[in-house]
Amino acid sequence: MQKCFTTFVFLVSFLSVSSISYAAESEEHFVKVADPYIEMHTGPGRGYPIFYVAARDEWVQLLYRKTDWFRVQTEDGKEGWVSAGQLSMTLNPSGERVDIRDPNEKDFVVRDWEYGATIGDFEGLSVITFYGGYHFNENVSNEFIFSQASGTVSSKTILSLLNIIHEPFPEWKVSPFFTLGTGWIRTEPKSTLAATRDRTDQYANYGFGARMHLTKRFLLRVEYKNYVIFTSRDDNEEIAEWKAGFGFFF
Amino acid sequence: MESRFRVFLLTITFALSAMSVTAPALAAEKSEQKSAAAGDNPANEVIQQDPVIQPNVKRREVKQADIETENFEVGVFVGFLSIEDFGTNPVYGASIDYHVTEDLFIQGRFGLSKAGTTSFERLGGGVTLLNDSQREYLYYNVAIGYNLLPGEAFLTRDSAYNTSLYLIAGAGNTEFAGDDFFTIVWGAGYAITASDWLAVHMDFRDHLFDINVTGEDKTTHNLEATLNATFYF
Repeated sequence: MQKCFTTFVFLVSFLSVSSISYAAESEEHFVKVADPYIEMHTGPGRGYPIFYVAARDEWVQLLYRKTDWFRVQTEDGKEGWVSAGQLSMTLNPSGERVDIRDPNEKDFVVRDWEYGATIGDFEGLSVITFYGGYHFNENVSNEFIFSQASGTVSSKTILSLLNIIHEPFPEWKVSPFFTLGTGWIRTEPKSTLAATRDRTDQYANYGFGARMHLTKRFLLRVEYKNYVIFTSRDDNEEIAEWKAGFGFFF
Repeated sequence: MESRFRVFLLTITFALSAMSVTAPALAAEKSEQKSAAAGDNPANEVIQQDPVIQPNVKRREVKQADIETENFEVGVFVGFLSIEDFGTNPVYGASIDYHVTEDLFIQGRFGLSKAGTTSFERLGGGVTLLNDSQREYLYYNVAIGYNLLPGEAFLTRDSAYNTSLYLIAGAGNTEFAGDDFFTIVWGAGYAITASDWLAVHMDFRDHLFDINVTGEDKTTHNLEATLNATFYF
């Protein structure tokens, strides 16, 4: 119970931190229509009907944005949704084109935060991982990791606050990375089997993988990790892990 | 069981009717506020007098980062979860969505329920498979959603609400019977956007995982129906 809850709080706090840093002060933003007209839709999607067109030289106020759609209000109070593509055809008060664009590869290279989830194989166990990472610069970042692996014999929970990642070629389309990390792994044998005790051990790992910018704030990620678990027995345990998943960045 | 479903259906009906009553009122109130605000704004008055750009009117440059985004959606839900072999029970929890594009979103979800008894336990006379704390059912998962059929719903002559029928699939973990299980989740849902900030979702999902608590290894299908109130921010 506590574990599930902690995980959720962990995820939510990550998301809220990033959204707060992204939140804007409430100010009024006006733009002037420069094309013959812009189309206002009833909803934030390509299929919603156009119920009004704002003509050239009309001023519209930008209220807020939902994905690629902007809620706008005309001077006579009509509210509707305009696509980012059409909005880039409007002018700032200074007369320049409004700079509306989606996050692209360049933003990806200089990202500060990255969050995501991966699934894969942890030496025969199915594993799901949540991670959040902070980028100190284009090449170096640190990641926090929470993983839950489960199989027929036991389940394992992994927690790590230190995973240094080095990305030698951040500008490549498929950008490789190398990682070194340490953390704790908790092993719980299945309760239907003869009772052996739960145990928590420290581990160290190395790994490599690659990330690829997909679209907007989305990225794909594939990785391999090799864990050495420092058990209280005479020999250390080695585990290989393969994972793939998605993430998004801010 | 029947009465529980009745309660569930009544809840849906109640929530929908409450929404249809309050939402237009809220929308009207909001547009009044907005028009009042627009009237108070000196910059706006200048436009109405003279649409040509005045050099002495200070308007801020519109920067993309300054515009408020509403791509996150947080919600709480209640509903029913049918735990295979262990009966149907209430479930509740919370969710967070991030909308990447108009079509695609990512969702994290956390839910709690409690399993009932198997027929074996009911008929077996005093046999118990699980103790009380092992009957607690907890799950979390992340999923990718796709807005398959966006649309509009017309509740009354004058009120239209944006809607979407979406598909969702993902993976996560289930804690049940004292163990953790890797879980695959898939399903579909229907969302009605009641106002700028509120939406109501109906979700139907299947949680699949392998378990051997009833004496054989098998993949269980645990069906869930929930009603989710979400807030955009």
